[in-house]
Amino acid sequence: MFAKQLTVFIENRTGRLAEVLGVLRENNVNILSLSLADTTEFGLLRLIVDNAAAGKEKLTEKGFSSLLSDVSIIKIPHKVGSLQELLKIIDKNGVNIEYMYGLSVKCDDAFIVLKASDGKKVDEILTANGVGTITCEELAQI
Amino acid sequence: MIEAGADSYDKRSEDEIIEYYTSQKGTEMIWSKEETLPREEIERIQLERLQETVSRVYEKVAPYRKKMDEAGVKPEDIRTLADLSKLPFVTKQDMRDNYPFGLFAVGKDELVRIHASSGTTGKPTVVGYTQGDLKTWTECVSRIACMGGATGKDVAQICFGYGMFTGALGLHYGLENIGAAIVPSSTGNSQKQIMYMQDFETSLLVATPSYALRLAEVAKEMGVEPERDLKVRIALVGSELLTDAMREEMHKFWGKDILITSNYGMSELMGPGVSGECLEHCGMHINEDYFIPEIIDPKTGEVLPVGEQGELVITCIKKEGLPLIRYRTKDITRLFYEKCKCGRTFCRMENLSGRSDDMLKIRGVNVFPSQIEEVILSVEELGPHYEIILEREGFLDKLTIRVELAHVTDSFAVLEKITAEVKNKLKIMLGLDAKVLLVSPNTLQRFEGKAKRVKDLRSK
Repeated sequence: MFAKQLTVFIENRTGRLAEVLGVLRENNVNILSLSLADTTEFGLLRLIVDNAAAGKEKLTEKGFSSLLSDVSIIKIPHKVGSLQELLKIIDKNGVNIEYMYGLSVKCDDAFIVLKASDGKKVDEILTANGVGTITCEELAQI
Repeated sequence: MIEAGADSYDKRSEDEIIEYYTSQKGTEMIWSKEETLPREEIERIQLERLQETVSRVYEKVAPYRKKMDEAGVKPEDIRTLADLSKLPFVTKQDMRDNYPFGLFAVGKDELVRIHASSGTTGKPTVVGYTQGDLKTWTECVSRIACMGGATGKDVAQICFGYGMFTGALGLHYGLENIGAAIVPSSTGNSQKQIMYMQDFETSLLVATPSYALRLAEVAKEMGVEPERDLKVRIALVGSELLTDAMREEMHKFWGKDILITSNYGMSELMGPGVSGECLEHCGMHINEDYFIPEIIDPKTGEVLPVGEQGELVITCIKKEGLPLIRYRTKDITRLFYEKCKCGRTFCRMENLSGRSDDMLKIRGVNVFPSQIEEVILSVEELGPHYEIILEREGFLDKLTIRVELAHVTDSFAVLEKITAEVKNKLKIMLGLDAKVLLVSPNTLQRFEGKAKRVKDLRSK
């Protein structure tokens, strides 16, 4: 099962990030998790929100270009070693991970947002190994 | 003797014109028989008109007479076309020095139209037309419109700025003359432009390449797919360089089937109509019965052999109001005289590689902005909008290129790959070290007229 991630390309200048977040706020789009990767020139803001499609639409209206992409939000036990166990399964199947970031939710489990070179294969691997994934909508309910 | 002249189209009846259309293969037709004259005949007409023009200018234009006297040339010294090189050049500066009407060969009362260049620095350059000149202009543009694939059935939307700029009115009268229905929508209000295109079923677009791209973008924003929802089949582009890369980019936005032809002119010489590209896409045919082209070395002023690249110099041989002799266009090109497959015998000028004033000297490397554009457009993930910024750091030139991504990506690896690709290509192909800044789609300035993509901050 995939979740939609909203990505915004941001040039590194003061206030640009706040402008993007402002658009989401005004339109009541709730951010569940984010990762900001940056160089000195630009950043990629990757967001997990409760309504990615609406977020993209509102951003486009305000002149921000964004992208929706499929990522896996993986549920793992909140304990030492569980992330490594997950990666072992993925590595064993020869899939390359492009990026990954954590997600904090008030519950006993931990969540990892993961994008791999072959997303479909990762999804199959996870299902085969009984590892759970959830959507943004489900996440918003927790 | 074949009478070549502005009035040749007057003699043709409507039936003859229709017959002309149907006799041509495909959409292309040759507007005037002069376009296919044998070389000897073209040269005979050129010499006759050159001699007449030089005598008239010598008699009526005091500043040019002075130049000729200083160079020790008299009108009777022009015995062959090769004698043209004895005559002094005219430059934009001469036009400014004689602002507004000093270089005109007729009195103001004989003028029926006055245009002026934008004149970004100093006084504008003023040009004027007699009744006869307007006829000539209409004839020349009719020819290049047909060369570019236009027919009398087209609905032609002219998205050049109407006003003092010659582009819009030049194309307007030429296209109207061949029977096309003109939509004089000018520039700006791009959403309404798209509405006209939909509702009037515009089939021919006149615009700068950059504005044509902008219009396609606006259409897409409105949910209109140019290729699917519009009927535009031809774009006659001008007033800006059309590189092969830009042409490809236009196809990406307007669809693979759109016919894109460029045409060339400048207000000093007449406006659009000096030359135009035919459907063979092998350079632009110069209306040689009205203009004599030469290629010179821009540094020495020496005429270069046929086929060599240099600055284009044009002599107007049938102008009444402002017959400029050996006008230095500053445009860099080369000439070809082989007969074209389209049947025309008029020589062709290569699509421009740049203007000598536009040439940038970056850390000692001479480069045209169009060469940088080619590199940018060769990278698939990048859009056609970019900005070239030149600054001085200490004693060194610093080149920065800001370029829009075609689409947002969520992968850093892709962004790094794009940046590296642009940098490598600039280094390998042009020997330039540049800083490449990727920017979000739709953030750089858009242009309705000539795009201004170079910001040279070095002199400030």
